[in-house]
Amino acid sequence: MRVPVSILGSQTIKTFSSIGRMSIFIWKFFYWIAKPPFRLKLVMEQLYFIGNKSVFIILLSGGFTGMVLAYQTYFGFKLINIDSLVGPVVALSMARELAPVLAGLIVSGRAGGAMAAQIGTMKVTEQIDALEVMGINSFQYLAVPRIIAGTIALPLLSILFLLIGNIGGWIVGTKALLIDESLFFAKLSDFMFMADIYQGLIKATFFGFFISLIGTYFGFNVSKGAEGVGRGTNLAVVWGMIVVLISDYILTSILVKIL
Amino acid sequence: MKEFAVEIDNLVKEYSGVEVLKNISMKIPKGKITTILGFSGAGKSTLLKHILGISKPSEGLIKVMGTDLGSLHSKELRDFRRNFGMVFQYAALFDSLSTFENVAFPLREFLSLGNNELHDRVENLLTAVGLEQDSFNLYPHELSGGMRKRVGLARALALRPKIMLYDEPTTGLDPITTKTVNDLIFDTANDQSEHELTSIIISHDVKASLAISDYIAFLESGEVIEYLPVEEFKSSNNSMIKKFIELS
Repeated sequence: MRVPVSILGSQTIKTFSSIGRMSIFIWKFFYWIAKPPFRLKLVMEQLYFIGNKSVFIILLSGGFTGMVLAYQTYFGFKLINIDSLVGPVVALSMARELAPVLAGLIVSGRAGGAMAAQIGTMKVTEQIDALEVMGINSFQYLAVPRIIAGTIALPLLSILFLLIGNIGGWIVGTKALLIDESLFFAKLSDFMFMADIYQGLIKATFFGFFISLIGTYFGFNVSKGAEGVGRGTNLAVVWGMIVVLISDYILTSILVKIL
Repeated sequence: MKEFAVEIDNLVKEYSGVEVLKNISMKIPKGKITTILGFSGAGKSTLLKHILGISKPSEGLIKVMGTDLGSLHSKELRDFRRNFGMVFQYAALFDSLSTFENVAFPLREFLSLGNNELHDRVENLLTAVGLEQDSFNLYPHELSGGMRKRVGLARALALRPKIMLYDEPTTGLDPITTKTVNDLIFDTANDQSEHELTSIIISHDVKASLAISDYIAFLESGEVIEYLPVEEFKSSNNSMIKKFIELS
């Protein structure tokens, strides 16, 4: 009996101390973002890394997601003669859900893991200590620009995903499945509103913030050399994805009531 | 009157109830080379972190150049650390920056130098530690261990520190490079003697320490068991120190 109780106790302590550490990490971000020096150059470098370097994979996955979605929807809708609604279904699901969530999952896998690996490696090779000894605040130098860049980059990538996904849906819908083009666009303008796009953008902003927060958090908390860096990277990717999926549900339930 | 760069008074550090530094009291003189010797796990690196103000003592007081580190707020402490230059065990160069940019980094961060002046200062620093022009654009992974140490030393000297700290500067180097690095530490201290540069070396390399140091402290299980000028240290009657010297 004592063993399960002690396991439960130690897990509870671990969970609460992790929550505490993460809360301090978030607080530190909001504290240091407002303090000079403002490192715009580093933010731009991170925007390039998170944003520009994700463009190809976003275009690829966005395009094919739109095309596949159009195909799948068409064959279902055709049975009840509402195939002209393929356009709005692709556009709405892309705008509200697929663009922010899939872009979030892709960025979490690509950039969130890389952030943890970069910072983790800097930690185990004492590069972070070197910054501190020089009198540079390592959190402000490494974490703040990455979190800002992630928060800005993901909505932009999400818009790109949405745009290319809709182009994919339009090509398959009107060129391969021969849905009337004017009807395709008419239905699109009937059912699609700016609020749908705003909903996706708000979600993407939150996802970008959380993914880069988690990536940098696990980077700073790396221990035990190369093995620790691998573990930190893995945790950053897994937790980034989990947080995207869970927060998507929470944000959806709030945003559908507001927008 | 003798001036001290670092004054440590009854320093105690506990981790989870275990004392890793036990009542350490020592005064490190200004403008001299002091080596802290000891076995692995003796607490040398922990002591170094306390001198830098990266770790906070559980008990006791550390004064650096007359300033009590415990009285400084985190921002003041960070600014104060610019008095230190540190050469890390494995150099800790920034992977993403070239040799030149690694040395230029602190200068860009803290001084508003023009391009030409910055270029001249970095070049002078790199040349002073014996690096050739053709290595200036190489990245850390393209450098040998000895070259990395030289770049680390040049970077540490960039802001003209008052105290240089060396963490196991010759670990992992071949005997010839070890001698070169030790000569470099010695020459750096002498070249800067008019500025009274204080050098603190953490090491377990007895031979090199006896050759280049003015003072040696011997740390064992978190306690300073001997702290003497080098000539007196050589003739210490402490059995552990005798054994340590014999085995080296």
